[in-house]
Amino acid sequence: MLKYILKKLLIMVLTLWIIITLTFVLMVSVPGSPFNSEGNSNEIVQQNLERHYNLDKPIHVQYLLYLKSVATLDFGPSIKQPNQTVNDLLGRGFPISAELGLITIIVAVISGIILGILAALRHNGVIDYLAMGIAVLGISIPNFILATLLIQKLAVDWEFFPVATWKSPMHMVLPVLALATGPMAIIARLTRSTMLEVLTQDYIKMARAKGLTPWKIIVKHALRNALMPVITIMGTLLAGIMTGSFVIEQIFAIPGMGKYFVESINHRDFPVIMGTTVFYSAFLIVMLFLVDIAYGILDPRIKVTKKEGE
Amino acid sequence: MEKILEVKDLHVTFTTYGGTVQAVRGVDFHLNKGETLAIVGESGCGKSVTSNAIMGLIPNPPGKISGGKILFKGKDLTKLQEKKMRSIRGVDISMIFQDPMTALNPTLTIGTQLMEGLKQHRKVSDKEAKKRALEMMDLVGIPNPEERMKQYPHQFSGGMRQRIVIAIALICEPELLIADEPTTALDVTIQAQILELFEKIQEVTGVSIILITHDLGVVAKIADRIAVMYAGKIIETGTKREIFYKPQHPYTRGLLNSVPRLDAKGKLKPIDGTPPDLFSPPKGCPFTARCPMAMEVCNKIYPGSTTLSDSHSVDCWLQDERAKQLLATMVTN
Repeated sequence: MLKYILKKLLIMVLTLWIIITLTFVLMVSVPGSPFNSEGNSNEIVQQNLERHYNLDKPIHVQYLLYLKSVATLDFGPSIKQPNQTVNDLLGRGFPISAELGLITIIVAVISGIILGILAALRHNGVIDYLAMGIAVLGISIPNFILATLLIQKLAVDWEFFPVATWKSPMHMVLPVLALATGPMAIIARLTRSTMLEVLTQDYIKMARAKGLTPWKIIVKHALRNALMPVITIMGTLLAGIMTGSFVIEQIFAIPGMGKYFVESINHRDFPVIMGTTVFYSAFLIVMLFLVDIAYGILDPRIKVTKKEGE
Repeated sequence: MEKILEVKDLHVTFTTYGGTVQAVRGVDFHLNKGETLAIVGESGCGKSVTSNAIMGLIPNPPGKISGGKILFKGKDLTKLQEKKMRSIRGVDISMIFQDPMTALNPTLTIGTQLMEGLKQHRKVSDKEAKKRALEMMDLVGIPNPEERMKQYPHQFSGGMRQRIVIAIALICEPELLIADEPTTALDVTIQAQILELFEKIQEVTGVSIILITHDLGVVAKIADRIAVMYAGKIIETGTKREIFYKPQHPYTRGLLNSVPRLDAKGKLKPIDGTPPDLFSPPKGCPFTARCPMAMEVCNKIYPGSTTLSDSHSVDCWLQDERAKQLLATMVTN
């Protein structure tokens, strides 16, 4: 097991290095510099700034400096907001994005799985069509449209929930709803299709022949096997949602980290680009690793470690 | 002898987009306590549907028991509520499935799958359940049961899995065991072992067995009585001796002739043609189109049952006095 984890860690570090390198290459090949847009026409000022941020050095030196900053987990100050380091920005934004993301995922997974099971059990019935109708809507309506609709109806017209910002549980309801609908729809469709497949298996018939209650058959025998594909997408889903959504956080004025992904690129804020990329990649890689482990727990046929002697 | 199961005029239909399939069309048979009845017939003749109907496992929709009775110890199972039926399934009547590779849940341990039926139906402690599971594994001949209980199905061979499936079926001490092609998916040496196991468990537990199969070799080994099924009907029943040595129905004879024999010379004699379409089954005898001895009446009217002995009966027009006279004149000419 230890050997497996070590090997996995090595691959993770290697993957991260490739991502960092690619990001760096893309970053330096994009035209423009962090200081153009501000109208700093003074060339001396610009040169001084570039020297300050090591942007005057040859590319390979810049690259090594970047690698060093990644290795020490110190990305330095943001170019755009010089009084804050990248670590400050992420440290402040991530907990909020993660909180929103985690609640969203929990809501999406629970409602998606329930919807999927109901649809599978009432295959081609009214509930099935209803559930899949909701799922299709959920997938096809972009979350920013849903968010504005929710704000208009539930916050402005009926005043059930606050319009925006991030303070109390009541503030969470609308952004969570807007953000959870898409993943919920995907999970519902996935659960339904695998559930339908699993329900035709012989071991389900055997469970029925044992006289088990329908509840036990579904939860103990069917669901566990039906959840494998859901687990597969959980890694990317978790990483994507927990690191914040640019659109939703903008609409609801939530001070998460979602906006840095987009803004940093617009501003050529190199340290922030690097910081967000490394953070996201590392997070994603860890999530995928956890998914691998979860496979082994859910399905004993998948051996995470080397095969034991039988 | 006490009858444990009586099936009377059972009809099962499946409604599909293409129409209604009459899978079982008036099946009558009974099973005595402690005996083994084999239901034989080719694929699609309604063997498995009959056994699923007894278990109450016909998926509804599309399937439906559209007529008849299934009397288990005098109680009509077709009239029972699902909840009541659930307390019979796995307790009084158990079932063994064809393919042991797919009949066990790959994500649960053997022990869990063995004990869950027991825990569902009987108030037992974990310790008692485990003790009983170990006994069962011992009965079906699994070495190191204690260790094997913690393993998963993929760590078992096909024969071992079928033994587990049998142990699961027997753990609540059922009175009736339905085995749906229990050896079809196994290779020949394992088949023999499993058949011996059936004989052994019947001796030990006194369970009555319905054996669904198309393999006459299996039948010859362990059945007491045989019911031959064709196109949703039982066309001939009798003891093993009667069916093997004095088959009356042309279909039964055809089946026996199509068994490969070591001492036979020449080609195997298959039954020509295919079974009728059960969307619109023929009015007369369903075997008419393939029958070498078909008469005009066969196509029009289904033959009544002729009783040849206490145990032997057959549905065939050849048993009619007039047909017998006709045959006699043909032979003398």
